[in-house]
Amino acid sequence: MTSLESQLRALAPRVLGALVRRYRELQGCEDALQEALLAAAQQWPRTGVPPEPRAWLIHVANRKMVDRLRQEAAERQRAEVVASWVPVDEQLALAADEALALERDDSLDLLFLCCQPSLTAASAIALTLRAVGGLTTAEIARAFLVPETTMAQRLSRARQTVQEAGVASEPLTPAERRARLPSVLRVLSLIFSEGWVPSSGEAVHRVDLANEAIRLTRSLRSAMPGEPEVMGLLALMLLTDARRDSRTGPSGELIPLDAQDRTKWNRLQIEEGAALIESAFSQGAVGRFQLQAAIAALHDEASSTESTDWVQIVALYGVLARIDDSPMVALSQAIAVAMVEGPREGLRRLEEMGPRLVGDYRLEAARAHLLERAGEWVEAAAAYRRAAAGTTSVPERDYLVLRAALVEERQPLTRRFASTSPR
Amino acid sequence: MKFMLMMHHRGQGAYAVSSWSQQDLAAHIGFMKDFARRLAANGELVAAEGLATPDQAKRVRAGPNREPLTDGVFPESKEFLVGFWIIDVESPQRAYDVAAEASAAPGPGGAPLGIEIEVRQVMSAPEV
Repeated sequence: MTSLESQLRALAPRVLGALVRRYRELQGCEDALQEALLAAAQQWPRTGVPPEPRAWLIHVANRKMVDRLRQEAAERQRAEVVASWVPVDEQLALAADEALALERDDSLDLLFLCCQPSLTAASAIALTLRAVGGLTTAEIARAFLVPETTMAQRLSRARQTVQEAGVASEPLTPAERRARLPSVLRVLSLIFSEGWVPSSGEAVHRVDLANEAIRLTRSLRSAMPGEPEVMGLLALMLLTDARRDSRTGPSGELIPLDAQDRTKWNRLQIEEGAALIESAFSQGAVGRFQLQAAIAALHDEASSTESTDWVQIVALYGVLARIDDSPMVALSQAIAVAMVEGPREGLRRLEEMGPRLVGDYRLEAARAHLLERAGEWVEAAAAYRRAAAGTTSVPERDYLVLRAALVEERQPLTRRFASTSPR
Repeated sequence: MKFMLMMHHRGQGAYAVSSWSQQDLAAHIGFMKDFARRLAANGELVAAEGLATPDQAKRVRAGPNREPLTDGVFPESKEFLVGFWIIDVESPQRAYDVAAEASAAPGPGGAPLGIEIEVRQVMSAPEV
């Protein structure tokens, strides 16, 4: 991306936010923004970047908007039937857009608008990437492996839902923002998870959603610098993404944490994430993202599985389990317990939670892992196979099948040398 | 999450469209078109295709020199795939709801067919 492109992309949500605040409508404002960005891309290389680039873009986009509204009003001869919720006279009367340009940064409200709870997760994700992230519909469609027309429909449905819920002309108050923050954080973390790509192969032409999520969360953080959970989420993303290059092998196969080449982990990201989580913790209000980030930091900072501070990880999962009663947390805790008190104790914990997770492949995968560590090869292989049959992810299935084969091949060996204890 | 919805025809049941009245056929085709249009408008449709009848279908496997060995045709097929949809939806429940809608496509006399739809999840990336 050229420096002009990245400059325009950074400005885009702030311009769109200002337009949406005035016109309280998404589609028309997005179109006007596109026209203004196009004009800038054509003119700025010749004329140089204007002294107030954001104001320039708002000015041009606003003109486009006014032109459009005039045209629509003329076409329909009825001032009240326009694409906007604001009476057309009032819109046309707003000649000076300097005031609009000089006021605060509206991109934050735009993000909250796109992540509102009335949208489904898939719609909120798409709309956020389009309106705030500035990705094209085609790029978003490719990222989610759906046809562009499907994504275009999803986006237009999402805009309609936003419109029906109503676009406020007033910015959110700090209290409203705090109340709605969880749904924003959820959308950002889902974008990050969707960004899972193997380090090589098929994904080269797809937009890097993990990087997009980190970029969006960074800008949220600079807009709400004191929010510990925003810091927690950013830290979690950085600390997880730091392991990206070592979590898959050359053909996209999964490599578990204990077998990863830790020298390949991104030290700069780990340092940044660890520093973030430390200052978030110092603020008091502990939330789920901070706890997950703190656990990720303990993994990232250890030089090996053996030297990992499992006692503290168990304790952190204990706190996390109190605010997040999900089976995944309980599973992870059981695995951490096994690292401290041995695989038998971990298996006992899994036994306890069995009824909550009957038929869930993740329970089988955790059992398989602990059975393997306990030297129960036959049972471990069977559990790996059951887990493999239950997952909906190709790399995960391949990993679990491979693991089953490995423990199975090991089994006759240990039978033959019964006195040799497995490592 | 993505799902493939496969419409299977079993035995000499109700989906012998060739013997339907013109009116019933028109209603059925109209329903299917509208169904696909609604899925597309929701932003849920990834792909949808109807398949040619199995009368001309062949089964192919590689021979000793990797050349195609064909087998068939199978005019008497008892069970075959009529068509499929791939949808991208929020939850398995939504996929089942969509499948039920397809299953209730009108048949002879406008009565719901109740044809069986197999719902299979498409593999995806692992959870981070």
